[in-house]
Amino acid sequence: MPAVEETLDTVNAVTGSTYKWGFSTDIEMEMAPKGLNEDIIRLISARKNEPEWLLAWRLSAYAAWLKMEEPEWAMLRHPPIDYQDLHYYAAPKQKAGPKSLDEVDPALLAMYEKLGIPLKERAILAGVQGAGEDEQERPQVAVDAVFDSVSVATTFRATLAKSGVIFCPISEAVQEHPELVRQYLGTVVPAQDNYFAALNSAVFTDGSFVYIPKGVRCPMELSTYFRINARNTGQFERTLIIAEEGSQVSYLEGCTAPQRDENQLHAAVVELVAMDDARIKYSTVQNWYPGDTEGRGGIYNFVTKRGDCRGARSKISWTQVETGSAITWKYPSCILRGDGSVGEFYSVAVTNNHQQADTGTKMIHIGKNTTSTIVSKGISAGHSNNTYRGLVRVRPSAAGARNFTQCDSLLIGNNCGAHTVPYIESRNPTAKLEHEATTSKIDEDQLFYCRQRGLSQEDAVGLIVNGFCKDVLKELPMEFAVEAQKLLAVSLEGSVG
Amino acid sequence: MNAIRPPSALREGALAFLARYDGLKARLPGDPALRAAAAELFRAGGLPGPREEAWRYTFLRPLVEQEFHEPLVPLADCGPLLARLPAIDAPRLVFVDGRYRGDLSVPPVQAMVTTGAPALGPLARPESEKMVALNTMLAEDGAEIAVPAGVDAGTLLLVSLGTDAHGRAVAFHPRHAVHLAAGARLTLIEICMGEGAYLHNPVLSATIEAGATLTHLRLQDEAKGAFHLSTVYADVAEGGTYDSFALNLGARLARMEVHARLAGPGAAAHLNAAQLLSGNQHGDFTTVVAHDAPNTQSRQTVKNVLTGNARGVFQGKIEVARAAQKTDGYQMNQALLLSPGAEINCKPQLEIYADDVKCSHGATVGELDAAQLFYLRSRGVPEAEARAILVRAFLSEALDPITHEAGRAALEQAVAAWWETQAA
Repeated sequence: MPAVEETLDTVNAVTGSTYKWGFSTDIEMEMAPKGLNEDIIRLISARKNEPEWLLAWRLSAYAAWLKMEEPEWAMLRHPPIDYQDLHYYAAPKQKAGPKSLDEVDPALLAMYEKLGIPLKERAILAGVQGAGEDEQERPQVAVDAVFDSVSVATTFRATLAKSGVIFCPISEAVQEHPELVRQYLGTVVPAQDNYFAALNSAVFTDGSFVYIPKGVRCPMELSTYFRINARNTGQFERTLIIAEEGSQVSYLEGCTAPQRDENQLHAAVVELVAMDDARIKYSTVQNWYPGDTEGRGGIYNFVTKRGDCRGARSKISWTQVETGSAITWKYPSCILRGDGSVGEFYSVAVTNNHQQADTGTKMIHIGKNTTSTIVSKGISAGHSNNTYRGLVRVRPSAAGARNFTQCDSLLIGNNCGAHTVPYIESRNPTAKLEHEATTSKIDEDQLFYCRQRGLSQEDAVGLIVNGFCKDVLKELPMEFAVEAQKLLAVSLEGSVG
Repeated sequence: MNAIRPPSALREGALAFLARYDGLKARLPGDPALRAAAAELFRAGGLPGPREEAWRYTFLRPLVEQEFHEPLVPLADCGPLLARLPAIDAPRLVFVDGRYRGDLSVPPVQAMVTTGAPALGPLARPESEKMVALNTMLAEDGAEIAVPAGVDAGTLLLVSLGTDAHGRAVAFHPRHAVHLAAGARLTLIEICMGEGAYLHNPVLSATIEAGATLTHLRLQDEAKGAFHLSTVYADVAEGGTYDSFALNLGARLARMEVHARLAGPGAAAHLNAAQLLSGNQHGDFTTVVAHDAPNTQSRQTVKNVLTGNARGVFQGKIEVARAAQKTDGYQMNQALLLSPGAEINCKPQLEIYADDVKCSHGATVGELDAAQLFYLRSRGVPEAEARAILVRAFLSEALDPITHEAGRAALEQAVAAWWETQAA
């Protein structure tokens, strides 16, 4: 297998220096003392000027968390996490909330500039320039930038407000739309749902809040960009998206972190609610720092994401490209409650070096004629382990339910592992479920074909991998698809292309 | 690690088995130290519970709610049960309530058989499975079957009859071992039948040396009130084959667990099965195939037909070690749900550490295809017959590969009889 050997050689040749987002930014920070206790939770709540009910909710989540045990069922190995050795609150120092971008710390703006995140309104993402003659027609993206524990800027809020869309940091939503937050927070992922969700419910600091009113199609893509910067901090953000009857929204999420030798914890919760005929498309490009080639450092990413298709014919679609993090523990799920509701999960998970990923989805069919589609592509290289873990459950009430699942794994080199753990449970005879999984390596014939036509080894492998992931990449919004393709190439740099 | 504490019902059930061991240990045959070690493991671990990943779909609560007794000296007339055995002209080893009955058996000529004590075998270890710990602790008897190198020992029936000991449910834990030396061949047809309520917890370990072939056909047709919890270990050396088919049909709660290890290059395992369950039955077919050497091959086709409020479980794990390059693993699991109360839970699983492999699994769940039914109906086939044809066709993929004619005929007959009772 000369081709594989060559690939392996390149793996060894290239070091972790390919993580281009690994710089850190020196910014004056306000940090809570290390450790986790009720006082810290009270401090976070006080900093956010939260109402009493929210503090009570946090404290009850904390009490539940204390009684819970860290889950051990995932195929992940890591040293025990010391939850007392973290800062649970870290925010850039600034005066009473910036009113406009001009008031935001220029060092922060420079950092986002460097990351390629447009915080200037009417800025346009790379790759789609000149999409329209008129500036108004160009695709625009509203961005909420979350830096460590707080949101530093949210763009296009005025434009969005014109159509009734609320897009703001969740801490602000608590102040300005408490009735909405209180009505929906924790209804999809209850505070006691699991260990990491309980932790998040106790200490979440910020995140995005989106509300799309009845019948409104969100006029632009919404996006949140998460950045962990401070040392020894955990990031616990909480996102809540509510799509009222007949509304539509597409939401993008991106994440990066500086390159550090110690591991950092990220435990987020995302809740989506879709009412009758509403559609939510949630796309993630997860590119947390993955650690170096020896497996030092990197983010521990323990995330609970769940969408609730409450209304009839509602649709929630998750698309994720997971290339970062030392550890990924993440199962974006859909509860298909409304009759005829649709759940989708498209995933590319790439692990290289010593990364470990245990990711997949849950599709819970409750309503009649609900359908779900799962397409998962796992690529493992180096010494990594990549697990797909998914559940398709059909409750007795879900007459006519339909599921199709396709999980493919690609192994590059013989020091990595690829695993598939699907659970398929049906309690209704009229439900039709199909599941397919394959594991293979890069086909020598395909490689030979490309090489013969003059492509370099790396380009050939990159092309084949992109083809392998095509079913998922085509689900991404265009701006993200461009970024994701580049990211795939970078993540596998040295191992494939 | 946090210790997994079993639910209290399971703890109490385990205590009943331990009490039995404490009462019996002086009289049990075989190495007392080994039993004591198994008992310690069982005392610590208890019965497997739903919080363990491998048992998440099979809960042994009905088992612990039943009180079991020591098998009595067999007084029962086994005639009616023996009469139900399929007519296969071959030597047979008959166990009644877990004890060997020479008077009912016809030992084989080509294979050496030893009975009278548990045949512990080299593979089944009490520390690996809790049911094996229980078996090791309480096993009283079993058959050790050895086929010398190069010998084709033909067909051998291994029969287990559970008797209705006057309403006193009995529990028995036979321990069998099969050893095929290089190039040997054997077709082992295992039949489990019985009456009343009892627990049959057999463990069988099969070592298959280079180039040897063990064909293992299993008909689990225990009494409707019985529990069947069996564990099979098969180790296959270079160029050897473990070719098995299991029909999971009887018992109120049945779990057939198979661990096959492909230890030598070119070894192969076929673990085909069909589960036909009705009423309130719970059936579980669980397999673990370990590819430990290069160029090994595994094939699994598992079909489930579920009616009434039956619950079917299939768990199949394919593990491919780093060294096992050029592995070819395939697994297909399909379920037909024929009634609103039926339930299927399946978990096909791949765990792969070698890159040059071809592994795939597929699973489908659904009811009978309406278009196919319509096709047959439109050609004048009555509804009931049309359904029978489609169910039989559904099962054929698992049944057809059986090359042993008498064995296949017996299994086909069991399937047909089952379908008739469903239609009636």
